[in-house]
Order: sequence, then structure tokens, then C-alpha cells
Amino acid sequence: MNENPFLGALEWLSDPARWTGPSGIPLRTAEHLGYTALGVLVAALIAVPVGLYVGHTGRFKGLAVGAAGVARALPTLGLVTLFALLVGIGLTAPLLSFVILAIPSLLAGAYSAVESADPATVDAARAQGMTEWQILTRVELPLGMPLLVGGVRGATVQVVATAMLAAYVGSGGLGRYIFQGLGSQDYPQMIAGSLLVIVLALVLDLALLLLQRATAPRGTAAA
Amino acid sequence: MSIHSTRRHLLGALGAGGLALGAAACGSSDPFEEEGGSSGAAGSDGGGEAPAGTLAIGSQAYYSNEIIAELFAQVLEKAGFTVDRQYQIGQREVYMPELEAGSLDLLPEYLGNLLQHYESDAGSASPEEIRSSLEEALPEGLRVLSFAEASDQDSYTTTSDFASTHSLSAIGDLAGVEEDLKIAANSEFETRPYGPEGAKSVYDVDIAVVPVEDSGGPLTVQALLDGDVQLADIYSADPSIAENDLVVLEDPESMILPQNVVPVVSEKIDEQAAEAIEGVIAELSADDLVELNRQSVVDQASSADIATGWLTEKGLL
Repeated sequence: MNENPFLGALEWLSDPARWTGPSGIPLRTAEHLGYTALGVLVAALIAVPVGLYVGHTGRFKGLAVGAAGVARALPTLGLVTLFALLVGIGLTAPLLSFVILAIPSLLAGAYSAVESADPATVDAARAQGMTEWQILTRVELPLGMPLLVGGVRGATVQVVATAMLAAYVGSGGLGRYIFQGLGSQDYPQMIAGSLLVIVLALVLDLALLLLQRATAPRGTAAA
Repeated sequence: MSIHSTRRHLLGALGAGGLALGAAACGSSDPFEEEGGSSGAAGSDGGGEAPAGTLAIGSQAYYSNEIIAELFAQVLEKAGFTVDRQYQIGQREVYMPELEAGSLDLLPEYLGNLLQHYESDAGSASPEEIRSSLEEALPEGLRVLSFAEASDQDSYTTTSDFASTHSLSAIGDLAGVEEDLKIAANSEFETRPYGPEGAKSVYDVDIAVVPVEDSGGPLTVQALLDGDVQLADIYSADPSIAENDLVVLEDPESMILPQNVVPVVSEKIDEQAAEAIEGVIAELSADDLVELNRQSVVDQASSADIATGWLTEKGLL
């Protein structure tokens, strides 16, 4: 292959035929985003309540930090393979792996969001007769919202960059292009698939960064 | 997915660094020497430059290929040659230039893939035809010896249950199956000549590919056993076929590129050396290769031990 594969990738992307049909770029991108959203959502349902509890009460903090650290160290391809051997090929195995991948960032985001509230502010709220629930939802969470969104941002970028592994076990997503290109030595296609994943990750990262800024409470944002 | 090329390409593509390492290994003394050496006299030249009479034997970064290379190495040592083992060299793009340059003298290859390395549009044919095309295609100074019965190639494999329910013995029998057929294979199977298009044109069989990217490994086998797919592309020398009582459907039209084991050698392999190598080739049956692979995968034996055991059994050592 003498031709520059990066130029080949751009050519590959500019072919209008790639932009339609069941294995076209829009559908594969939608699948990719869908897997990412589902993975992060399920992970958030587990990790955010736990993180808020840990952050608010200060209990089990060592355990939460330790568990998140361990989960971070798990290789996702290994998890996908392991789960696929247990539950079969399809979407379940990669999705479980994405959930495990997303939990550490979300957990850390949630408990640090709550923890970040100034103890004096929390004490003042308590002295005014607010219930613990009110303190969490009206004081700690609004103040720490940028940190929570930051956790979502970290988790999303990690999962979107890893969601190509769904294609390893029979599902779709942009990973299809990458694996097919790899296997048939069609490097322009492989690079094109990777470029699409990179663009997606950057767009999501930027969008969540803007959301993070927007959620910063007035008065603290400038500080 | 031509046979195992996937695994090799994966390795190659994942790290140019790996390739560089593989290439570098060809020029230095061999880290595997101690592990592989069976006869002290031949194996110990004290390090440094290999003497002029030394034969350098390479292998792909594929366990089964290393076992075959080790078979050659041990019979050559028996025949009095000094052998330099250069195993686990990434992929064809790396080791073929080494062979052409004379840094390697012998490497176990597979008929179809070797031909496609030189003639990428070469279609499928009988092993004999591929071997004679290879004689034409190989660059000056390289030649192939005889090929073995043993082959390690893509296959349309199914469970014995599915085969007996629909009385299947060959790929063409699938045309009579009513349900929609799915085959678990690496995604590039879709574009291979023996993929869905080939099955349609050669055997009038409609199949859809379910991409499972472990090159016929445990996930592919599991998908077949779970009934997620009715067929799987599993390499024909893979021990998991016998282990799970799977049925490899016959390919009477040679749609699938034959991948019989064939040694590719440099000019340094003389008559006497070629004779020793041919002795191994003559004995290496399809079942033998599966058994050699099984000892590696299941028993986790080293390639040197596996080779010694088999050669002794066949009276070649």
C-alpha cells in the first residue's frame, strides 16, 4: 500500500455511498452513541446514588475509592470476552463491560461533588432546620453539580472511545469499520472508523464541558 | 479471514513497535535457543555470530506454526545441521523479506496465504495447482518443498446436532435448509471470496455473517454452541472442533483456499536438509496437526517437547 492511508481514510469518508444504508455511517454512529448512552445511564443509576450517599455521610469512603480504583484497572476487552463467554454474543456482554468502565468516574464525580460543599455552609443549612435530604438536594448538589457533570463527562468519553468493542462480539457501532479494516488490511477504512470515534469523543467532551460550565452556581463560577 | 492471517495482522497492526522488534530479532542471537535446543552439540555455539553453516529457521507468531518449525529444527539437528531458531516473527510482510535477503532459510508456510502474498488476486484452486503457481510466483532464490496433508484453513463448521438434523455433510447441503443461516466469523469474512458471496455463487447458499472478532477462538465456538449462529468459521486444525464434536462441512468445489502446510526455503537448504524436512512433511497428517495443537492449547506443553514427542513416535528422531 503505497498510497497514504490517511488520505485514503478521507476519501473513504467522502464517498456518499458510505452515508446511507444499514451499514452506513449515520446508522453506525447512532448505534455507537446508543451503546454509549445506555452504558453511561445504567452506570449512573448505580454509581450516582452510591456516590451521593458516600459523599453526604462520609461512610464507606475508603471502600468506594478502593472499588472504583479496582474497576478502573480492569481491561475492558478482557471483560467483554469474559462476559460474552458467560452470556453469549450480542449486546449484553459489551454493555456490562461499559457499565463497569463508566462506574469509577461517575462514583468519584458524585461523592466529590457532595464533599466539595463547604462544611460551614452545610452546618448553616442544618442549623436552619433543613432535613438531610434537603441539604443534599438544595445545598450540596447544586454547589457540586459541575463536579458531578465532570464525572459524567469522564465516563462518557471513556465509554464512547471504548464502544468499538461491541463489534468484537457481534454487535454494531463504529467498531465494525475498525475491525473490518483491520482484518482485511483495509487501513483507510480502519483509520476512517477511528477518526469517527475520535470526532464523536471530542464533540461529547465539548458538549459536556459546556454543560459543566452552565451548571456552575452563580458566584462560584468566577472564583 | 484468511487463515490466521488475521491473528498476525492484528499483532502487526496493533504495534509497529512489535514489527520492529520482530525484525530486530532476526539479526540477533535467539532468546528461544535454550528452550528449543534438544541436542547439546548442535545447539551451543557459544553465542555471537552464527557460523556459516547454520540454518536459520523462522516461525510466525502463531503457536501452531512454531510447533511445525520446531519439528523441522529437530530433524535438521538430527541430520547434523546447526540450527538457529528465530521463532515468533510477526507477519508475512516482515519475514518474507528476511527470507529473500537470506537472513532466514526455512519457515513453515500455508499454501493459499503464501500465494496470495505474492498474487493478491489469486483465486482458489487445488493444493497441487496452488503449489505450482507458487513455484512461479516466488522470488529468485526461494522455493517451496512438498506440502503436507495437514492443513489449517477457514471452514464452514457446524454442530453435530445441526448437521444430523438437516443431514449435512458438505457446504452445498445447506441450500436445502429452510431457516436463515448465520455464520460467526471475523468481519472480513464478509469480503472474502469464500464468504457469503462465494457460498451463493458456488453452492447457491444464502448466509449472513455475524462478526465475532476472535478468529475462530472461544467466542466463535461459544456462539455456535449457544445456537446464536448455525455455522462458524473455525480453523480446520483447531482442537476445539474435536473437543466439541463439531462437524466441518466438506468443500468439494475448493471454494475455500487450501492452506496445506508447506515449507518455504532458501538456497542454503541443500538436498540433505530438504530430505530431512520432507520426512516430516510426508508424515504430517491433518489429524497429527490437530493433535500437536491440542497438546499446546490443552496440555500447555512447550513446542520443543511436543515436537520431540511426535518425532520420536514417528521414528524420525
